[in-house]
Amino acid sequence: MEFITDILLLSDSTLRISAPLILAALAGLCAERAGIVDIGLEGKMLAAAFGAASAAAVTGSPWIGLFAGILVSVMLALLHGYVSIHQRGNQIVSGMAINIMVAGLAPTLANAWFSLGGQTPLLDNGARFTAIDLPFAEALEDVPVVGALYSDLLSGHSLMTYLAFAMVPVIAWILYKTRFGLRLRAVGENPEAVDTAGISVTMLRYQAMVMAGVLCGMSGSALSTALGAGFIRDMSAGKGFLALAAMIFGRWKPVPTLLACLLFAFVDALQGRLQGVSFPLIGEIPVQFTIMLPYVITVVILAGFAGKMDAPRASGIPYEKDR
Amino acid sequence: MHVAPAIETRDLCKRFGDVKANDNVSLVVEQGSVHGIVGENGAGKSTLLKMLFGFYQPNSGDLIVNGEHISFSSPSEAMAAGIAMVHQHFMLVEPFTVLENIILGAEGQGLLKHAEIDAKAKLKGLEQQFGFDIPLDEPVSHLSVGQRQRVEILKALFRGAETLILDEPTAVLTPQECDQLFELVRLLKSRGKTILFVTHKLHEIMAVTDTVTVIRAGKVIVRTDTSSTSPEALAEAMVGSKISRAVTRADTSKGTPRISVQNVSAVSDHGHRALQNVSFDLFDGEVLGVAGVAGNGQTELLEILTGLRRVSEGSVSLTGNVINSANVYTDPIALRRAGVAHVAEDRLKSGVVASMSARENAILGYQRDADFSRNGLMRLAAIDQAANDYFESQDVRPRNPDLPIASFSGGNQQKLVIAREIARSPQTLIIGQPTRGVDIGAVTKIHDQITELRNAGKALLVVSADLDELMAISDRIAVLCDGKLVGIVPISEADERTIGLMMAGSPAATVDNVEQSQ
Repeated sequence: MEFITDILLLSDSTLRISAPLILAALAGLCAERAGIVDIGLEGKMLAAAFGAASAAAVTGSPWIGLFAGILVSVMLALLHGYVSIHQRGNQIVSGMAINIMVAGLAPTLANAWFSLGGQTPLLDNGARFTAIDLPFAEALEDVPVVGALYSDLLSGHSLMTYLAFAMVPVIAWILYKTRFGLRLRAVGENPEAVDTAGISVTMLRYQAMVMAGVLCGMSGSALSTALGAGFIRDMSAGKGFLALAAMIFGRWKPVPTLLACLLFAFVDALQGRLQGVSFPLIGEIPVQFTIMLPYVITVVILAGFAGKMDAPRASGIPYEKDR
Repeated sequence: MHVAPAIETRDLCKRFGDVKANDNVSLVVEQGSVHGIVGENGAGKSTLLKMLFGFYQPNSGDLIVNGEHISFSSPSEAMAAGIAMVHQHFMLVEPFTVLENIILGAEGQGLLKHAEIDAKAKLKGLEQQFGFDIPLDEPVSHLSVGQRQRVEILKALFRGAETLILDEPTAVLTPQECDQLFELVRLLKSRGKTILFVTHKLHEIMAVTDTVTVIRAGKVIVRTDTSSTSPEALAEAMVGSKISRAVTRADTSKGTPRISVQNVSAVSDHGHRALQNVSFDLFDGEVLGVAGVAGNGQTELLEILTGLRRVSEGSVSLTGNVINSANVYTDPIALRRAGVAHVAEDRLKSGVVASMSARENAILGYQRDADFSRNGLMRLAAIDQAANDYFESQDVRPRNPDLPIASFSGGNQQKLVIAREIARSPQTLIIGQPTRGVDIGAVTKIHDQITELRNAGKALLVVSADLDELMAISDRIAVLCDGKLVGIVPISEADERTIGLMMAGSPAATVDNVEQSQ
């Protein structure tokens, strides 16, 4: 019985942890499918987390926080777009610049505004996205199996978690079922073909960057106003890079990317559960090793299983009209 | 009743800085005709085309489409006026299906499902009318080059094109695919479409066009009916002076083979079998041409001969010594020193370093040699001297070795590469695509040089995608198909049809049978 409870708790935290990963990975997917490498996911996430936490702290509304988070992230996405699309700059440099800038700027601003040593004030529950119970969750609670799965596992997450999972089919639908999606995928493969078909490459790529900005903004907001209760220095902790890895492991496709995110989130949840647990023979594993686990798994997976062959062909290459 | 021409230009001019790329170009393309445009590389053909489909805007002059004065500010405006371009490099998204490629940009619907249903209905009509047979749901990456070209043409027709501009359409096709293209062009014409056929191959102009315009140095030199001209007259108009295409060959006698390839198999980068059981000899004093549709093992053949790839079976010997086999391997540096020079087929990838100066590129591959470096330091004066010598001997322009090699034209880059490779008078030259991206003046010079080397008793192996070129310079032509050597034909018995069939995989014997049964 305890074992089953363990599994349920583990699955529950997997879902919770996966939300910001999924949103960020989808952001990276939109950008790369349009031909722009977005290594600045990490920075945008952190900026959005800071924006959302600040706005929520000041106004007391998680919705205004979410809006602020998205706004900040979209602005940074457009900056990356300007460098990559208009200036034909190096996309890796631009992305890294955003990461470094945000890592320094966010705590500095937090300190200037709130004087809490680089944090934002702790948000009370009214200013956060708190757990919501799905309909009938209470009624079904005592039904065997269904109760455990529905009421305990699926119900009781924050709105941001449900939103993250809902975005997967939405993005998949946009990419594969709409005219806009066809053009977006085409521009990441062969921008010249798009250009000669009379469609603006520049416009499409900016649209993709806005999509990436919105999704990344949601991801950062989830971090500080749903999973956490305020902004802490470096709170994204490499999740932006993890999301990028999940997108590559998911071969730039929404559903496999979701599965990769769940895998990474599961390992993260597992490392949380393993802390302080004593194993037969080995004894207690030092906490430094368990924390390392998700990153080690990422390296192993990317080195061993992920190939480069499915990458959008024009990804990372600035488009120059007349060569 | 006179019908207005499909396209007419009057005194069209386009300048880039001080250079007049198009100088008072006047052109008349009648409705429902096939009009050829010929000219050398750099004569101004592409500039003219780009103005016709709205990519460039002319500095002066008039563009008249179907009797109406018009100016295009973008390709989509030209498309709206019924003018479509089939680019030399296809504008296709390879992982997409044929259908997705065709509707891209002309979907008409926000949702793909509806757009695809509408498109399929419209395409059915077009396919019947023009005899297309293309699997619409197949990814473009699975199609042959000829099929991809048909997708491009279908794409143009789907968008309602009345006038099709075909830019060097045969550059990538086998002779058989060319014939199919010509048939399609005739069919399009019979259905009332107008075709602008741009090429530098004169026999194609003679085969398929009604009227022809020759452009040289940005000016129209000749406008005439095809039936009242000849390839010789067109060639003269293109180049400006009578050129002799016949290469004089001295008799050279065969001795022992310089290079002997025995039962060689090799694996490509993708892990496919790229060469299968290939055997041939290369003798001193001959040019062995290697023909084949691109990607049938030519690249790997060049690589095993120059030490860039190991063979998996068989052996390659140089004057009797094995240089490449399953257990012997000689690297490119050692081969260069042993007198095997290499003119790489992909110049910008492996022949030069684009961002480095012409001077540095002039010694690339020989930088370790004692006359260019000592104790790890470059001997700049000697390098300077060598570069200047190459510039002089090959007439490389502009005469400035300080410029990055990328700023030279393809022809001048190639001239420098050839000068570099022959500077140490190697006995063997392995040459890939000697005149790819090279203008016609330089082509003649390079061909003459290859013949001179041959007459001086060197052994040359030349891989080329241009069959005309191989016919002009080779003593024997070897044909590769699917990694196998289909056969080797002496030049006296080679004609385009035979070689074409061999490129498609029919061995010479079968070709003979076909010949006899007809």
